[in-house]
Amino acid sequence: MPTDTGTIESLANKEYEWGFVTDIDADALPKGLNEDIIREISRRKDEPEFLLEFRLKAYRHWLTMVPPQWANIKHPPINFQDIIYYSAPKSKKKLASLDEVDPELLRTYAKLGVPLAEQKLLANVAVDAVFDSVSVATTFKAKLAEMGVIFGSFSEAVKTHPELVRKYLGSVVPYSDNFYATLNSAVFSDGSFCFVPKGVRCPMELSTYFRINAKETGQFERTLIIAEEGAYVSYLEGCTAPMRDENQLHAAVVELVALDNAQIKYSTVQNWYPGDKQGKGGIYNFVTKRGKCLGQNSRISWTQVETGSAITWKYPSVILQGDNSIGEFYSVALANNYQQADTGTKMIHIGRNTRSTIVSKGISAGHGQNTYRGLVKVLKGAANARNYTQCDSLLLGDQCGAHTFPYIEMKNTTSRAEHEASTSKIGEDQLFYCKQRGIALEDAVNMIINGFCKEVFKELPMEFAVEAQKLLGVSLEGSVG
Amino acid sequence: MPILEIKDLKAGIAGREILRGVNLTIAPGEVHAIMGPNGSGKSTLAQVLAGRDTYVVTGGEVRLNGRDLLELSPEERACEGLFLAFQYPVEIPGVSTSYFLKAALNAVRKYHGEPELDAMDFLKLMKQKMKLLDMDASFLSRAVNEGFSGGEKKRNEILQMAVLDPKLAILDETDSGLDIDALRIVAGGVNSLRGPDRGILLVTHYQRLLNYIVPDYVHVLRDGQIIKSGDKNLALELEARGYGWLEEPAAAH
Ligand SMILES: Nc1ncnc2c1ncn2[C@@H]1O[C@H](COP(=O)(O)OP(=O)(O)O)[C@@H](O)[C@H]1O
Ligand SMILES: [Mg+2]
Repeated sequence: MPTDTGTIESLANKEYEWGFVTDIDADALPKGLNEDIIREISRRKDEPEFLLEFRLKAYRHWLTMVPPQWANIKHPPINFQDIIYYSAPKSKKKLASLDEVDPELLRTYAKLGVPLAEQKLLANVAVDAVFDSVSVATTFKAKLAEMGVIFGSFSEAVKTHPELVRKYLGSVVPYSDNFYATLNSAVFSDGSFCFVPKGVRCPMELSTYFRINAKETGQFERTLIIAEEGAYVSYLEGCTAPMRDENQLHAAVVELVALDNAQIKYSTVQNWYPGDKQGKGGIYNFVTKRGKCLGQNSRISWTQVETGSAITWKYPSVILQGDNSIGEFYSVALANNYQQADTGTKMIHIGRNTRSTIVSKGISAGHGQNTYRGLVKVLKGAANARNYTQCDSLLLGDQCGAHTFPYIEMKNTTSRAEHEASTSKIGEDQLFYCKQRGIALEDAVNMIINGFCKEVFKELPMEFAVEAQKLLGVSLEGSVG
Repeated sequence: MPILEIKDLKAGIAGREILRGVNLTIAPGEVHAIMGPNGSGKSTLAQVLAGRDTYVVTGGEVRLNGRDLLELSPEERACEGLFLAFQYPVEIPGVSTSYFLKAALNAVRKYHGEPELDAMDFLKLMKQKMKLLDMDASFLSRAVNEGFSGGEKKRNEILQMAVLDPKLAILDETDSGLDIDALRIVAGGVNSLRGPDRGILLVTHYQRLLNYIVPDYVHVLRDGQIIKSGDKNLALELEARGYGWLEEPAAAH
């Protein structure tokens, strides 16, 4: 075991450098994808027949598909036969103390104000008794179970509530939806499942729990959240501290279903490895997230702060099926160095009096390319539908880019869509004004950017908003001045 | 020791000299006014003193409390006690005035090794200073200068000055765009900040402001040089006669 921190640092960087780490252990299946692999995944997970059928249907369909080419991103072709699609959730080798952790990672944690105990957890250091994650998680779960809320891993839900999984899986994102979602449907590993029964207001952000459990997120995550009539849940995905992850390709699927008068708030803070300053390495994040406002007066909000990943391809969407339902999308996307973000939303208005709001804030720095891509589609029956879209771009420097592609399809004459857009540069006069008051350049940039993002941050749960602010600061460090 | 000492300061933008040898000394407690026609270099002087890097200093020296000012960054100058009330205050969307001012105040305090003010103490200080300028508490939650009227912007500058308690305050055309009531309030704020340890440099185009803030000295800047200095009566003379009579060399002497 290497003891010198320099060695560890270089090892850690090497992992990032090569992206796909193919360090095969006994529990993994061989590289590549075929029906046998899929059957084997399903067998090892001891899944019911319907799930295997779902996977196989998806796989057969996937074979007929090609990766989408329309997004404003560039990357070398991905060799899908060079990926390992199953390895048993193995725990990474535990480190004995923080002394063995990459000091740069620790510096970042310190800047983010991550408590020491949590730093250990995130860096995969054996956790002492002061912060017993397992017991904390169990306490939460017991409290939730009392109210009838089912919350746990997807695999667990397949065992304990197969009827719910069967009913809702693929009901929002069908197995044939798009190249990456279809791949996910064939090979998904694990994820979260949440069911909030009729009339129940989930008493806590489902974030704390998730955060504690976030140390091993899979490459092909699958998440399903259902809010029954009148239920409410606020779900927080992600982790504000940077996660080490050795998988380059991520293709998750998230499905949300809201019945009559139900509300789901889904917040994401994504800070995966963006690659180095030269654009080497980094995560490719191809995610399909979609919510269905199935019931009347239901409401689904997506709030995302995307600061990580080399490539972000992500369009959290809402299908507004129930009359009077509301869909919202609040987004901050950052592209620094050589990051590429192509993100936005789709609001599909089907029911009458449906409303959607889109607020997108794109920040580009370095050579980063930031694209907003949004579709507002109002179907014939959607009388009196309303959409408001606001897209603002902020440029730091003159090597970066901001692009907006708002598409509007209107099939109902009583409906309205309103669009506002702006692009601005972080002003030299703004920076000088701050500096003249004694505020250092870095803090001034942070302040201006956080001001720019305020409308989105205020949608995040309080403590998470604070962390998201700090995170933006860390991600932009050194990009101005 | 003077608070500010400017010796033969020359500065400009690429290829053009705007300040052509400015000399000025401000002792503690003094209020100096710099007057001069549009384009004479008044704002340039203010900005150069504050450290704006749009301008290149090509000669001379400047000392703030004996310290070489020109080698300091803008934020260090601010922390050393130099405050500039901008002719055109800048908007910072989404950042509340209280957040901004707290960040500024704490940056200055940190520079001097003082502990940061907590939210309660800060609010107390703000309330006290805002009363001075007849400002409504709602100011604090509004984004810095965003959607402010001309008068509100100027009042906000003076509020910041009151909170940051600088050693040298430079006010660039603080009177422009103010109606008479606002002018009184702003002047009252500035007067309350006069004191034996502070120096104030008023940059103005009109003598109107000087009826409310009576200066100890008045200087006339023209084409980047101070061509005449005097006491408050010089301002009155300028009001009566304009700048034209200063043009004829020697004629004024
Ligand atoms: N950033 C700049 N770029 C080009 N010219 C400038 C700049 N700043 C000032 N000047 C010029 O310098 C001269 C003095 O300007 P300024 O200092 O604003 O004068 P005042 O404040 O006395 O009206 C003017 O001719 C103005 O056009
Ligand atoms: Mg001027």
